[in-house]
Amino acid sequence: MKSIRSHFSLIAALFTILFTVQVYQILDRSISSYEETLRANYSMVVIATSALDEGPIKARFPLVRSLEEISPEKVIKRLEEDMDKTSLGLLRASLPKFYKLSLEHYPQPEEVDMLSSKLMNQKAIKKVESFSQTHDQIYKLLLLYKGVTQIFAFAIFIVTMLLIAKEMRIWQFQHQDRMNIMALFGAPMMLRSAVLFRLAIMDALIAATLILAAFGIISVNGWAEPYFADINIHVTVFNYAKDSFLHYAIALSLSTLLASMLILTHKEEV
Amino acid sequence: MDKVIIAKDLTLSYNNNETIINQSTFDINSGDFVFITGASGSGKSTLLKSLYGALPPKKGELSVGGVTLNNISSKKLNFLRRHVGIVFQDYKLIKEWTIEKNVMLPLIISGYAKDVSEVQVQKLLTHVKLNHQLGKYPLELSGGEQQRVAMARALAHNPIIILADEPTGNLDDYSSQVIWNLLEGACTQLKTTVVVVTHHIPETMKVDYKHFHIEYGSIYEVN
Repeated sequence: MKSIRSHFSLIAALFTILFTVQVYQILDRSISSYEETLRANYSMVVIATSALDEGPIKARFPLVRSLEEISPEKVIKRLEEDMDKTSLGLLRASLPKFYKLSLEHYPQPEEVDMLSSKLMNQKAIKKVESFSQTHDQIYKLLLLYKGVTQIFAFAIFIVTMLLIAKEMRIWQFQHQDRMNIMALFGAPMMLRSAVLFRLAIMDALIAATLILAAFGIISVNGWAEPYFADINIHVTVFNYAKDSFLHYAIALSLSTLLASMLILTHKEEV
Repeated sequence: MDKVIIAKDLTLSYNNNETIINQSTFDINSGDFVFITGASGSGKSTLLKSLYGALPPKKGELSVGGVTLNNISSKKLNFLRRHVGIVFQDYKLIKEWTIEKNVMLPLIISGYAKDVSEVQVQKLLTHVKLNHQLGKYPLELSGGEQQRVAMARALAHNPIIILADEPTGNLDDYSSQVIWNLLEGACTQLKTTVVVVTHHIPETMKVDYKHFHIEYGSIYEVN
């Protein structure tokens, strides 16, 4: 019981930190997924007087992912009943070429403007439609989401530091006596701090394993999936390899940092 | 006789610069049993602290067991402390460790093999009549029993000196007598030098002892 109590405070603090880190990860992934959905749905329309080659365009503008011709046949078919074949032939010959331009990532408004003006400098291109008003609105919303996430991340950082500082004071109180007594009998620093490091490592492993179990259960049961599906995004709630490594690394780093700070600030009582 | 403690013009003070011990000279021979007395606040415990290196000399020279304590490195200090046994009024036992592990502490620090340490701990706990309390934690024992654990710990690594700071200050008469007997035994049977800071020298002492008294920052031997 005594042993569980002495472990509980650090495990609880580490668990809280890791939990918020994982929630942040999920939030960050959902924003990335949303951004990817926006990118996939966003394209510009280019109107040219002659045929454009995808290769040179992509080589000249790295932001361009693909250039796909939009066939005018659908529109022409609708006119078949009202126009004779000769007129339709003339229309087909005089129609400009329409292209759908997809991009590598969801662009910033400045990137859209720059790309539009550079494309307009091409001899064959007559018009570029970037749907800038809709784009700007969505982009601003995305920026807002990102801003909120960054504030959340900063809050996590502050809470983490406060928790560590508080934990350090508790540990100082808990371990000072033992370290002083060991020093009185000539224990070198390594031996004095061995118990502390052992405890810190053990607590870090327990806290990270608890997080792995908690998010593993949520992930396996797919409890969060419907919520993401509602907004047409797919988010990995828990990436077993990557997230486990991250949590074990954070927990071990924080707990050993805590133990090291405690040892460095330890003064033998006189 | 070998001198195990040599103090020459020793001056001790804390950070506030108030002088506690002022230019005192004394020495203690190997195998001596020494009492240090004085009024409360006279500097008895301060002197003992300086003997185990917790308070470096402000001026003068101090050596214990051949190790000079002026500007001592932490490595040398640890070496010295591995040859000194210390007993405190408040026992200073590690409360989350069993009494066996507490007694074993100096042996762990000195790097004794586990099986050798276990035999030594059993022997010492039998010697201090606590072999019926094995597996217990310090707070499960009475004050007298805790001090006997502290005595066993102080003897565990066969120290050259035992330093005791008011070892019977918190104990009843019976427990106090047990502790005095153990300290006398360490001196007579093991030939260990024993330095005890106390308010009162017990009348029941059978061993020949030296008596230093501290007054107004000066240490002098009482004949």
